[in-house]
Amino acid sequence: MKALRTYLDKIKPKFEEGGKLHAFRSVFDGFETFLFTPRTTSTSGVHIHDSNDSKRTMIIVVLALIPCLLFGMYNAGYQHWLAIGDTSFPFWSMLLYGFLAILPTIVVSYAVGLGIEFVVAQWRGEEIQEGFLVTGMLIPLICPIDTPIWMIAVATAFAVIFAKEVFGGTGYNIFNVALVARAFLFFAYPAKMSGDKVFVAHDTIFGLGGQSIAADGVTGATPLGQIATHVGDTAPVVNDLAGNAISTWDAFIGLIPGSFGETSTLCILIGAAILLFTGVANWRVILSVFVGGAAMASLSYALQSPTYPASMINPIDQLMLGGFAFAAVFMATDPVTGARTHTGQYIYGFLIGVLAILIRVYNTGYPEGAMLAILLMNAFAPLIDYCVVQSNIRRRMRRVNVKK
Amino acid sequence: MAEKITNKSVLFNPFSRNNPVVVQILGICSVLAVTAKLEPALVMGISVIAVLAFSNVVISLLRNTIPTNIRIIVQLVVVAGLVVIVDQLLKAFAYEVSLQLSVFIGLIITNCILMGRLEAFAMANKPWPSFLDGVGNGAGYAIILIIVGFFRELLGSGTLLGYQVIPQWCYDHGYVNNGLMILPPMALITVACIIWVHRSINKDLQED
Repeated sequence: MKALRTYLDKIKPKFEEGGKLHAFRSVFDGFETFLFTPRTTSTSGVHIHDSNDSKRTMIIVVLALIPCLLFGMYNAGYQHWLAIGDTSFPFWSMLLYGFLAILPTIVVSYAVGLGIEFVVAQWRGEEIQEGFLVTGMLIPLICPIDTPIWMIAVATAFAVIFAKEVFGGTGYNIFNVALVARAFLFFAYPAKMSGDKVFVAHDTIFGLGGQSIAADGVTGATPLGQIATHVGDTAPVVNDLAGNAISTWDAFIGLIPGSFGETSTLCILIGAAILLFTGVANWRVILSVFVGGAAMASLSYALQSPTYPASMINPIDQLMLGGFAFAAVFMATDPVTGARTHTGQYIYGFLIGVLAILIRVYNTGYPEGAMLAILLMNAFAPLIDYCVVQSNIRRRMRRVNVKK
Repeated sequence: MAEKITNKSVLFNPFSRNNPVVVQILGICSVLAVTAKLEPALVMGISVIAVLAFSNVVISLLRNTIPTNIRIIVQLVVVAGLVVIVDQLLKAFAYEVSLQLSVFIGLIITNCILMGRLEAFAMANKPWPSFLDGVGNGAGYAIILIIVGFFRELLGSGTLLGYQVIPQWCYDHGYVNNGLMILPPMALITVACIIWVHRSINKDLQED
């Protein structure tokens, strides 16, 4: 550590005003503050200094994502072994397979996103902002495992430029950047973002795994994808790649086909616990998303009809399947794009839950609605806050008038 | 605008400095609607140039005889007549394109650029400058339409004017057309990018 500090101090003059590498000062700054606590202190007035700055917040969110990431790797391997019809399930090989399958996506997502951030920071003469640390991890986690890498790159670039930088960078974006990337992929390349091919890796990687066998009646579609195409009066039964029925327990553990990191409700809950324990995420939003989702799921379950096959799955499964839980814990709680007043957070979360299930059940074109629900509510979050603040002002004004 | 109104400035100003789409932000609706492919964008651009130029001339000729309180109706009648002629010509000679443009040729009547030019220019100027003004503004509109249509067709369908531009080799290696380019939101973002570039070049147009 000491050597690193000395080295940084040695090269620092080059980046200061008049130095040779002055043009790259924000890059240097970014790395220095990434490695060490900034030494700068305020020069005037009294400040309360909290070490819980945005860098630490971001790192905690990334840590909370680690269980999902690790499980996603394991699950990617597991689904592949199911697809090749090999029942030995070697633990380390599966984990390694999943790791190698997701690694390029993570690298590309970070390289493109951080690259754009660095360039923009340089161009504006600002410090590098750390907002992309979380986004760069979220993007691989919410995409199907087989998404081509160049698509990830294009979507990341689009989302960072058009959802974040044009609004002024980290902290000013209206929409959740990772979800904009996901939405871009969903609408631009629908063939690669849904169906029964993309959610399971099919190729061998460095000799690991094998060629998948295509058996009749076996599908790699996500449970929600299967439900959306279900026909008939009976409740839909979803199968995994080996043709076995998927139970609620499987959905909770997460050994089901789906976007890379969002299959396991268990790991998401571990992440949620980390976020809540450290106070990074807001419990009001998470709770009200689940309450809203449960309410809408119960309602649709009570009014079930064969026209909307998704209305025939019970409310517990509704909350387990798809990206609902992941979106509730990691997307809806984004402090930048969500509502900020306490009452507003209840309304915001509740409506996300309701809309996610509403879209999932009653719009058969979209098997999952969590992404669209959150993006829509992102747009309404400032309005909700405005109304809450205004009603608060009105209430207090009335109190003042009465006293007079 | 303080500069002297000359025939030249009347014709060329709307190309860039006073472009109806990217500076005055008029006619956005049709820019979103007809630019999914380059060909309809091209035809739409030509149609608007024709309608705008001739309606400007007609209104300019009539400008001293139109009673002020019914001038909007007179302008609408003139535009509507010209639009019907253009619509019929397209149906006769370019039926496929007219199908693609569907209702949007008819909706030229409601295009804000037309009423704007008739009110602001043709009602107060002689026929020849009015004609140039119509051609200029129509061309300014058509340029934006063509740029947007170019990018949307190239990235959304891999073709230009219906000819395959992106080689099959790319598709074999995993390239996929961007479906979002075909949808209207991307047209809006493309227009936004054009405005971005345009304002970066013409710094005096930037608002605070």
